[in-house]
Amino acid sequence: MAYHHYDAVIVGAGGAGLMAAIQMAGKANIAVISKLYPTRSHTGAAQGGISAALGNVEEDHWQWHMFDTVKGGDYLVDQDAAEVLAREAIDAVLELEHMGLPFNRTPDGRMDQRRFGGHTRNFGEGPVKRACYAADRTGHMILQTLYQQGIKHQVNFLDEFHVLDLLVSDDGRACGVVALELRTGEIHTVHAKSVLWASGGFGRIFSVTSNAMAGTGDGFAIPFRRGVPLMDMEFYQFHPTGIYKFGILLSEAARGEGGILRNGLGEAFAERYAPTLKDLAPRDMVSRFIYQEIKEGRGVDGKDYVYLDLSHLPEDVIDKKLPDITDFARTYLGIEPKRDPMPIQPTAHYAMGGIPTDLDGRVLADADGDTITGLYSAGENACVSVHGANRLGTNSLVDLVVFGRRAGRHMLEFGQKSDLPPLPVDPEFVARAQVSDLLSRPKGERIADLRHDLQSLMMDQASVVRSAESLTTAKQGITRIRSSYAYAGIDDHGSTFNTDLTEGLELGAMIDCAEAVVEGALAREESRGAHYRTDFPDRDDVNWLKHTMLRKTSGGLELTKKTVSITEFQPKERKY
Amino acid sequence: MQYTFRIKRYDPDIDVKPHFEEYAVDLEPSDRVLDGLNEIKWQQDGTLTYRRSCAHGVCGSDAMRINGRNFLACKTLMKEFGKKITVEPLIGFTVIKDLVVDMDQFFASYKAVKPYLIAGDAPASEERRQTPEQLDRYEEATKCILCASCTTSCPITWTNESFVGPAAIVNAARFIYDSRDEGAAERLRILNTQSGVWRCRTVFNCTEACPRDIKVTNIIEDVKRTLLLEQV
Repeated sequence: MAYHHYDAVIVGAGGAGLMAAIQMAGKANIAVISKLYPTRSHTGAAQGGISAALGNVEEDHWQWHMFDTVKGGDYLVDQDAAEVLAREAIDAVLELEHMGLPFNRTPDGRMDQRRFGGHTRNFGEGPVKRACYAADRTGHMILQTLYQQGIKHQVNFLDEFHVLDLLVSDDGRACGVVALELRTGEIHTVHAKSVLWASGGFGRIFSVTSNAMAGTGDGFAIPFRRGVPLMDMEFYQFHPTGIYKFGILLSEAARGEGGILRNGLGEAFAERYAPTLKDLAPRDMVSRFIYQEIKEGRGVDGKDYVYLDLSHLPEDVIDKKLPDITDFARTYLGIEPKRDPMPIQPTAHYAMGGIPTDLDGRVLADADGDTITGLYSAGENACVSVHGANRLGTNSLVDLVVFGRRAGRHMLEFGQKSDLPPLPVDPEFVARAQVSDLLSRPKGERIADLRHDLQSLMMDQASVVRSAESLTTAKQGITRIRSSYAYAGIDDHGSTFNTDLTEGLELGAMIDCAEAVVEGALAREESRGAHYRTDFPDRDDVNWLKHTMLRKTSGGLELTKKTVSITEFQPKERKY
Repeated sequence: MQYTFRIKRYDPDIDVKPHFEEYAVDLEPSDRVLDGLNEIKWQQDGTLTYRRSCAHGVCGSDAMRINGRNFLACKTLMKEFGKKITVEPLIGFTVIKDLVVDMDQFFASYKAVKPYLIAGDAPASEERRQTPEQLDRYEEATKCILCASCTTSCPITWTNESFVGPAAIVNAARFIYDSRDEGAAERLRILNTQSGVWRCRTVFNCTEACPRDIKVTNIIEDVKRTLLLEQV
């Protein structure tokens, strides 16, 4: 058995994990584990920007950013967390600049800022320029810059290690992880005083998604199986503008720079639904506008897509501020966006829910706010909750740097005053059993076929629009897929770089995530943010101004409610 | 439409040396080469091994040799080739399995050029100023996704292990020409050697291979000029 020990281990090498790592680098012995090379992490696909109320180009205040975050999240946001997000965004974004991030600039050399959906001046009066950006590859630049800092500070990276299990000591402390080294097939015990889960989302449970193929929710499923709760899993964001059929993201920055959505009749339909913010209404709403247009027969040529039109924008805006996404349109659609509109459809994009944490990234054990010693989470993997029922554009990147940083700082402090907890007996038992089970099965149903079934099921029954009927269908389908999964076989029984095996393991995580989404969605009998039910079309603050917390127990899934923190802004009807 | 994939396979647990296998796959001309590989892995032969993640040309996982040239499999459509395509791992690095190569040397060269901002204390509560023109000077190099397409297309790297390679030079240049950076002299010293920029023979393969349209050769020439004229 390969054994390593560290002060802290970080699972995931995207923005949140690297930001946490940099806080500890040089001061503690840490490791960052990723099933990819760090620069392949999905933070790198984020495009449009990272918000902070710098006020570089027009008046802005962090209180306005906080309000927009709360309203954007349909008042399910924990307001103490939203305050931290909006306040600390300013300093965190400056820290990124100080690390060398190549932000776009104003003529006098300040960081430039642009408009983004749901970000407003003076508590909703109209759009404000708040998003700092590096062309339309802001996430790429954040990921590169943080990885560069990791190299500078000589962080230990365990690249291409697939995490299999979370280790918990007999007295309930997190004490490490077990991981499979892809290159050799060897299983490693990584023993640590604290563990951070920052391994991104699970968009791959839907058939049309902007998420990388690595976005399979391993970081949700593995702690969940160990009894860690998941919060608000029913809230899954569909980004309005994915490239038709591919799901590849076309940034909201396209609309921030003046792009317009048009239906099959050529109408700019967003203004009918959201007269003030129009195309820059929050994503949950715009995705539903598109759904409605298509349902009423105004999709393009009667099909299930509409257009994103940039053809009226000045060419230098496209070349300087939106170069990558217009390149995607040329590559994958053969369309020149300077002349022709791009076919788009909503694409599965972001999990608002996740592992519940406090403001320092400490994982909550229950709805009372008790924490699990040594266990942390940050980024899309976590639910602080700053996104509530719907995340605003750019706030995921803010979340990464603000709460990745807070988690890293707390872990550093925690590591300095605590010992390495004892490992449980036979720490690799569960992981080894799981791997040898998959490796030793005779040929059965193909993993890829089951995955395809799951993705279609979730897309058809549990995506932008839901009902008790569709969700029950989804639940039954997941049960069926889970039982087939127990007998599914793989072709590759070797030890070297066995991605047939890891895809099999990933499907197990995807099934757990899908089940949690559907469970939360069935329970929540209202419509709020990204969770829209035709049988309960209104928001219900009396019964459902609550987070849901889901736990795996010996008796099955157990759902409880958790109070929302409301400090400044009382819930109001959400209009744009 | 039916395509034939001819793929170079090698599994160190079983094979003495690499060999080619052929697969017939139904695809649309608008599908990605990666879609074809996935179709084979998912429906025909799960042992086929390659790296992939974002599937739209931004993560840099799936650089490989397709019909003798380097591409990202996810950023290249079937219609760019004929009905039969040959897929091989990148050249110059040890093959771990099938299309997966050992990237250790690539990242070691990258790290060797100090690819991070070297600068004194930043102003408190404010950004370091940089004009749009100053950003323009190095912005192209920031597009690099470390996919190794350029480095493994360079004939020098195939025979000379000590050459840092085009990708490392691009990432050094990204900082050398950044007005906020103060480490240009250190990096230029590293590149001003036989294993640095002077090993480059201006073949332009790297520029042709870059999936991000970075003019890699021009950037290398830029560094050479800076060294000759001793000014950034």
